[in-house]
Amino acid sequence: MPTQNPEDRIDNFSEVPYGYNEAEAMLEAQRCLQCKNQPCVSGCPVEVPIRDFIALIREGKFMEAASIIKAKNSLPAVTGRVCPQELQCEAKCVMGRRYQPVAIGNLERFAADYAREEGEKIPELPKSTGKKIAVVGAGPAGLTCAGDLALLGHKVTIFEALHKPGGVLVYGIPEFRLPKDMVKYEIDYLIQLGVEVKLNFLVGKNKTVDELLDEYDAVFVGSGAGAPRLLNIPGINLVNVYSANEYLTRVNLLKGYLFPEYKTPVKRGKNVVVIGAGNVAMDSARTAKRLGADHSIIVYRRSRKECPARVEEVHHAEEEEIEFRFLTNPVRIIGDELGAVRAVECLQFELGEPDETGRAKPIPIPGSEHLIECDVVVISVGNDPNPIIPRTTPDLEISKWGTIVTDRITGKTSKERVYAGGDIATGAATVIAAMGAGKVAAKSIHKQIMGIEETEIESI
Amino acid sequence: MYEVVRKEWLYGDIIFLIEVKAPQIAKKIRAGNFLVFRAREGAERIPITVAEYDKKKGTVTCIIQVIGKSTKLLGSYEKGDFIQDLVGPLGIATHIEKYGRVGIVSGGLGIPLANLVAKELQEVGNEVIGVVGARTEDLLVWEEEMSQYCTEMNYCTDDGSRGMKGFTTHLLEQKIQELAKKGEKFDLVFTVGPTVMMKFVSKITEKYNIPTVASLNPIMVDGTGMCGACRVTVDGKIQFACVDGPEFDAHKVDFDELIQRLEQYKKYEIESLEKYNKECCGGKKK
Repeated sequence: MPTQNPEDRIDNFSEVPYGYNEAEAMLEAQRCLQCKNQPCVSGCPVEVPIRDFIALIREGKFMEAASIIKAKNSLPAVTGRVCPQELQCEAKCVMGRRYQPVAIGNLERFAADYAREEGEKIPELPKSTGKKIAVVGAGPAGLTCAGDLALLGHKVTIFEALHKPGGVLVYGIPEFRLPKDMVKYEIDYLIQLGVEVKLNFLVGKNKTVDELLDEYDAVFVGSGAGAPRLLNIPGINLVNVYSANEYLTRVNLLKGYLFPEYKTPVKRGKNVVVIGAGNVAMDSARTAKRLGADHSIIVYRRSRKECPARVEEVHHAEEEEIEFRFLTNPVRIIGDELGAVRAVECLQFELGEPDETGRAKPIPIPGSEHLIECDVVVISVGNDPNPIIPRTTPDLEISKWGTIVTDRITGKTSKERVYAGGDIATGAATVIAAMGAGKVAAKSIHKQIMGIEETEIESI
Repeated sequence: MYEVVRKEWLYGDIIFLIEVKAPQIAKKIRAGNFLVFRAREGAERIPITVAEYDKKKGTVTCIIQVIGKSTKLLGSYEKGDFIQDLVGPLGIATHIEKYGRVGIVSGGLGIPLANLVAKELQEVGNEVIGVVGARTEDLLVWEEEMSQYCTEMNYCTDDGSRGMKGFTTHLLEQKIQELAKKGEKFDLVFTVGPTVMMKFVSKITEKYNIPTVASLNPIMVDGTGMCGACRVTVDGKIQFACVDGPEFDAHKVDFDELIQRLEQYKKYEIESLEKYNKECCGGKKK
């Protein structure tokens, strides 16, 4: 897929890959073998009818392709862009055994973009069931759950604490990977399906889950893992040491990169150290570059092959001259006389025996302490579940990690009529896993409130 | 959108009162909670404490000092205007119980912020004593409201225009010693105001061994615990003021770190205000 030049794109926040044109999409669609047993679909957590939508693209029926995707996946422009397809649908593609797998993600993205540009029709909705469902959190889990329930004829209200819906899609993933107009478009589509979105509403504070249960037939909690983990090292509270959540929220949600036109400031560092190597770390390091950093450095305690980020993002980061310091771990952050960060002191590691996760255990090399000079540090070592719902819903079973305990097959919690899914149930994971959980919960909520037997919902 | 139903300047064009319609907040808010405002599209999110609320009218009242671009913008709002975003109540409400005699030590805009705390403490039977100060008499805003809940108000001003000449810390120490002569003491001190003031209040009460709660005011972004911009060190541990506070045991707070972190965006704040002033207050009259 054609992309913006690395030299150009580090000066802007526009999307990096351009996307297929019609001819390119039809050509790629030709590569699909149209397998009978569709192994690709089994790799998709939201069951997109991959073979069938690709067949429609081959015939140039782009709108039809988009519409059958949308019946299963409320956010195709998002998933086509941010899913790690190499681990999901594309990993199962038969073509991939000998050649490149079919570029399913790119094709999904093409169909969704085409439909958006051409203007798509709202599908005919079933007769209202008269049932009301409250969804807590407008991230990928909540949006998917809401979309599926709306398509089944239920009245859905989403409660979102921030001033914009989208969760990590708006505050976390940067514009250059997922343009915010597209997120807005997909949410507007849900609103046209009759989903109501209440912003600036913090469930747990404005209303508790128990109060929602008085008004609604069921509640789905998709409040995410939004509490940043920080490192337990000296200097963590120095000025210009950010959690990745704060750094990205200032830049993405509040458009700090457009300061002072937009009013939220963000420190534009010349030398930025990002600690961690997941997608969020890549997003932070690439953001720092676009904010004008001369050196944007990823510090990771394992080696390149253990990087948890998507292959494509690591590749894009390398093209943008993000520097990687593998087998390196910070031991303290050093500040100047005003309390602002000046350097990170690190230790060099070597790989030892595999640990309990099967990954080689990094072992520090004695005497390898060294300084990396910097004026901004971004900590990107993961998130914990948001504590507000667990703290304000006393009879909800919570694990020792702070997640809401759910039945993975139904999304049910320990509390009657309350379901949960996404990062609040699993701990920090992927957008698509959260969407899958939203889908699962929507099915079982529907089943419960309509009193439907298991076998009858297979077709939903 | 949240409608402004009342707006008054309380001191020049520096301190104003704004009453906003927000029934879902008014219904749930308690002393110690705060709100996050975003005045309009493109504006930043800023945390503000509530001075008063009215459950029946469904309104919350805040008293705000113009210190930079965002507070200046909010100050330009008049009755009938709409605030884009308002979220709350945030933070953990003040822990209210019967302590006995509670001193409320506030400086400047800390006085209206302490109003609800004074009210709720008095309601459960505490004897509340106000120890309040400001630069000059006119800046002692909202002290009359707070005095309704206090059995006694002690004033000081930097210039001596009202009460003792000097700082709240001096006044507090004087009061502590005065009580000690009668064999009495404060069972708790609650302090809210400028961070430097809270730091020195805390030092004094530590000396006299009086349990002290401070309402901290770090930089915030979301106010819901998802970013850690507001992190503070309390008893050697990191706490997020927006969800774990904003009130903490003052004797365990690292005030010097908080003061440093509050200075983080000075340069940007000046740039933002200069741009706003040049554009004639964003097209609205001042």
